[in-house]
Amino acid sequence: MDLNYTPAELAFQEEVRGFLAENLDPGLARKVREGHGLTKEDMEGWHATLNARGWLAATWPREFGGPGWSAVERHIFEEEAARANAPRVVPFGLAMLGPVLQKFGTPAQQAEYLPRILDGRDWWCQGYSEPGAGSDLASLRTRAVRDGEDYVINGQKTWTTLGQFANRIFCLVRTSTEGKPQEGISFILVDLDTPGIEMRPIRLIEGGHEVNEVFFTDVRVPASRLVGKENMGWTIAKFLLTHERTNIAGVGFSIQALEELKALARQVKRQGRPLIENPLFAADLARAEVELEALRITNLRMLARAQEQSAPGPESSILKIKGTVVRQALNDLARRALGPAAAPFPAEALAGNAALAPPEHARNAARYFNNRKLSIFGGSNEIQRNILTKTLLEL
Amino acid sequence: MDFNLTEERRMLADTLGRYLAETCPPEKRAKLAYEAPFHDPAAWVGLAEIGALLALVPETAGGFGGAGFDIAVVFEELGRGLCPEPVLGTLMASRLLVAAGEDVAALLDGSLRYAVAMSEPDAPWALDGIATRAKGGRLTGRKSAVYGGNDADRFLVAARSDEAIALYEIGADAARVTGYGMIDGGGAAELFLEDTPARLVLSDAGAVLADALDAGALALAAEAVGLMDATMALLTDYLRTRKQFGRTIGSFQALQHRAVDLVGEIEQARSIVILAASRMGEADQSRTVSMAKYLCGKVARQVAEEAIQMHGGIAMTWEAAVSHYAKRLVMLDHQLGDADFHLERVMAGLA
Repeated sequence: MDLNYTPAELAFQEEVRGFLAENLDPGLARKVREGHGLTKEDMEGWHATLNARGWLAATWPREFGGPGWSAVERHIFEEEAARANAPRVVPFGLAMLGPVLQKFGTPAQQAEYLPRILDGRDWWCQGYSEPGAGSDLASLRTRAVRDGEDYVINGQKTWTTLGQFANRIFCLVRTSTEGKPQEGISFILVDLDTPGIEMRPIRLIEGGHEVNEVFFTDVRVPASRLVGKENMGWTIAKFLLTHERTNIAGVGFSIQALEELKALARQVKRQGRPLIENPLFAADLARAEVELEALRITNLRMLARAQEQSAPGPESSILKIKGTVVRQALNDLARRALGPAAAPFPAEALAGNAALAPPEHARNAARYFNNRKLSIFGGSNEIQRNILTKTLLEL
Repeated sequence: MDFNLTEERRMLADTLGRYLAETCPPEKRAKLAYEAPFHDPAAWVGLAEIGALLALVPETAGGFGGAGFDIAVVFEELGRGLCPEPVLGTLMASRLLVAAGEDVAALLDGSLRYAVAMSEPDAPWALDGIATRAKGGRLTGRKSAVYGGNDADRFLVAARSDEAIALYEIGADAARVTGYGMIDGGGAAELFLEDTPARLVLSDAGAVLADALDAGALALAAEAVGLMDATMALLTDYLRTRKQFGRTIGSFQALQHRAVDLVGEIEQARSIVILAASRMGEADQSRTVSMAKYLCGKVARQVAEEAIQMHGGIAMTWEAAVSHYAKRLVMLDHQLGDADFHLERVMAGLA
């Protein structure tokens, strides 16, 4: 048993810290810390900074321009980036489509798309969910019908995150209604400026614009945009979901959230006493800290196991469930800690002398509501339990 | 980073696990753990022979272990095998005697059984409230919940002297010892001291006793992990085989999701025990051990209650192995500080 990083891993951690200290703009880090929405330029700028260092495509092998990191090195980078309040790397091109093309794409597709993901010329978004196909993704109905050298797509996608900034979308579409629903699905790449596509914003629970609906009306896409063979989309979707689940525990975010929360609970007063001395609040805080400490080790244990395999195993579903529950508990405490100061909407409604909450906490209620999504997306926690039932318990 | 056991510890775990499975099968255990002396003296000698006690003590004191992970490995196996032997008292006594520079050869070879008399009815888990007095080498007071005390040769007694909490040793026949069995198996004793002559071991034993309590709490947390693994195996097997409404009950989602949640909780419990074992001897030993004892106490009860519920009526019977695991899972939270007690210690480190 050795819970410590190797000397090489510790040196890498120092290198990452040094890089973040030198290259992460404090203004940008403050925006992340305070929970402001980032602009397209903010995110593209951070991507470019990482790409210049060769650290943008964390999960890619060297041959495709990735850093060739081990699972532990990826974890160290993600944890340090979260601790430093760096923007999250937008995952759709880098963490999702990239690995799919590397595994299932033709050499021509790889040559065409992968460099454009790295240098930021392409911003991909995800066309998976539909109004009638959420957790039951295989029941999706958006049709792609072969017509000569093209497919013609009709239907609707939803929950398309940051689609407003994207120029391309990868979609799961129905190409057959024969057999089981899973057997008639294909994976296809679509340019968003193709005639017949309309994107509409969805306003979220906390008021923000993060996700969109995408409507397809007779959209013609060349058949060369198909990834893999026709009707093998479900295999690709499952592969992509396992990659979506890397860093699913979000331990770095939770460690950062716990530290912010402790600082807040020392600062905030109830009946003239620091909130952290209130036994009921402190008990909840201590429970969350214990769960997070355990999760930190659970995450490392599974990382150590993943080092030996190429992709995360079914245990990652445990990390998804526990990681989201812990983070949501911390968000809940951070909202409660503010008392009446959590309410002003928008958070900028009170500023300067009139401000009720410190700026890094003014959006705690918004963050709490927004992060209810954590246990819903990427396969809801109930879907994760179904997966574990089959894979771990074999029931 | 390496989460594998060393070769030596893996071998010890294998040997111990096999030994317990052979010498203490469920039917036998269901009888002997509840009848005086509430353990199997032959198995005690056997445990010493295969090195389970040596693993609890560092090499410098004649053992071959003594680190956090040695304690965790031994007690996880004791839990898996639902072992009623009084190893907890031996572990704590060895910590105390080694710290005092005393010889532990007879403890390690199984020829002398020690029990630690720290608790009192009004101070079950902490040193602050100890009322037993030491004066002129004589002890007066009542010691309570002395695990293994019903069949111990010697007692290490914590008593308040003028300046500090001191540690004394007495023989089993020097005091009035009322032994009893416990609801989850195994034995304990109440100890009545009335001007009882005793040998001073340490005059200022507060820190050493606190360390022994930490080691004991870590051991119980690790025992819980072994118990939970075994209980989960029983439960999963039952879910796969028991049929109602014409199908296995494991095909019902109402049970599947609850069973899966237990797996997640058990992994979290395993992780916090690993963390606590790694922190033994470090500045945050006590707080991390409290994290482990808190979380394991909480999860152990959840596993016990859910295992009973999902087994249904059969788990309510003495005959079913799961009922004995469930009792141990719940009752270990009563030893050396329950979940609330240890959560408070974690809270104290927040501000």
